[in-house]
Amino acid sequence: MNDIYSESPAKPRPQIALENQSYWDGLRRHQLLVQRCLTCAKLRHYPRPMCDACYSFEYDWHALSGSATVHSWTVTHHAFHAGFKQDLPYVTVTADLRDGIRLQAPLAGSDVNLAVGARLDLEFIDVDAELTIISMRIRA
Amino acid sequence: MINLCDKAAVSGVGETAYTRETDRSQLSLTLEAALNAVLDAGLDPKDIDGVIPYASGGVVAEDFITNFGIADLRYSAQTPMGGASAVAALQSATMAVATGVAKHVLITLGRGSISGGRISDQLTRMPQMRLVSEFEMPIGTNAPAQFYAHMARRHMELYGSTSEQFAEVALTCCAHAQLNERAMMRKPMRLADHQNSRMIADPFRLFDCSLEGAGAAAVVISSAERARDLRCAPIYIGGCAEGHPDSPSAITQRRDLTRLGIANAAPIAFAMAGVTHADIDVAEIYDCFTYIVLCQLEDLGFCAKGEGGHFVANGRIRLGGDLPINTHGGLLSEAHIGGMNHIVELVRQLRGECGERQVTNAEVGLVTGFGDLGDGSLAIMHR
Ligand SMILES: [Zn+2]
Repeated sequence: MNDIYSESPAKPRPQIALENQSYWDGLRRHQLLVQRCLTCAKLRHYPRPMCDACYSFEYDWHALSGSATVHSWTVTHHAFHAGFKQDLPYVTVTADLRDGIRLQAPLAGSDVNLAVGARLDLEFIDVDAELTIISMRIRA
Repeated sequence: MINLCDKAAVSGVGETAYTRETDRSQLSLTLEAALNAVLDAGLDPKDIDGVIPYASGGVVAEDFITNFGIADLRYSAQTPMGGASAVAALQSATMAVATGVAKHVLITLGRGSISGGRISDQLTRMPQMRLVSEFEMPIGTNAPAQFYAHMARRHMELYGSTSEQFAEVALTCCAHAQLNERAMMRKPMRLADHQNSRMIADPFRLFDCSLEGAGAAAVVISSAERARDLRCAPIYIGGCAEGHPDSPSAITQRRDLTRLGIANAAPIAFAMAGVTHADIDVAEIYDCFTYIVLCQLEDLGFCAKGEGGHFVANGRIRLGGDLPINTHGGLLSEAHIGGMNHIVELVRQLRGECGERQVTNAEVGLVTGFGDLGDGSLAIMHR
């Protein structure tokens, strides 16, 4: 159980198929993995079949470190999905990782120092036996 | 490249009443609007030989063959760009009639009852939302207000734009709606009403968000030559284009969150029409959210990036200002008919049919679409 991601009613789930499988498997092991082109080494996210720089279909998975910065955010006050009603209001950040790669994640802890460029630490929330998601926390 | 300038014209426009709820099907509403547009053009429904129905709706070209008794439909297409679909369809229809593939292309958009399911469930089924559905909906990003809130917040932080500046768009649309008996929002709005409206997805308050409702609108596009022989004065399509942003399937991964696809389309459409920004007498700007209007005004080139908030101040976008926008009230205050109502309004303005809300001597106008995760479209028209 955690304080920012309630368990009922049910939230929407990722499909976890094909290109996405390794990403979600990585989160289960508390690793953030992004695709890396085996031909030109360009990193890409969200997962997809081919590299837009060299059109290679060959890739492996590269682990990114656990720090990021705030690119943007929103605070949701209206439940667009019943699964999130208990969590209102909640903050979702767009976070810069590296090489232009970004993530969207719920913000854990205080939002007092929320600003573009604020340093974030990456955390993992084990939702249940199958699903782990990333959350972010503003670095003290 | 074939120059499409003035090769096509809007020959007819039509709509239904716009209501909060309805007991009629989307198909029934769409057919009513389509019939009105065909009759406005002075055509018989059987004269329609091209159809572009709204891609996010449940109406298809076959429905028009069946209900209009069209014997030989020559052209059907869809432009799946969410709220940019209707204006993008103007480009497709223009190509169809300019090349002679079709004579009269009908473009329709209808919205039935809103009690038909949660928006996030509908979005999940759309292929262009595949990445959002996989990576963002599970963490609570489930609706357009939230998708676009990240863009608006970034703009505010980079350029200092404010909620009060967003409000000016809402107040303008609402003020114009008071002059439009078809508009759903008939109660005047003050700045305090906007600022006190409940927060939906920060920075968007309730009055930053467009209306929900039911209704349909439609237009008929004919070749310029044919349009000159029809019932109404032709409104020529001088320039039209669609534009897509980078990372069109995930706003999160976009290089510049404050730049929309319409930034690519605008120079093409202006050059095709052979007009400058100063020539635009009236603009109907897609307004699913107030911020999206500010951002489009920048991407269209009416002001520099970051200047949208200042641009809309001091009555510039109101009737009587330099660039009156959304003279019907827009999606914010007339009705959310996916922007087809913006095209209808622009045509009526250029025909001089708008009564109390008529822009004086409106000769050249512009209409935009914005949809899905940043797709854009625009058309520049003249009488
Ligand atoms: Zn590559």
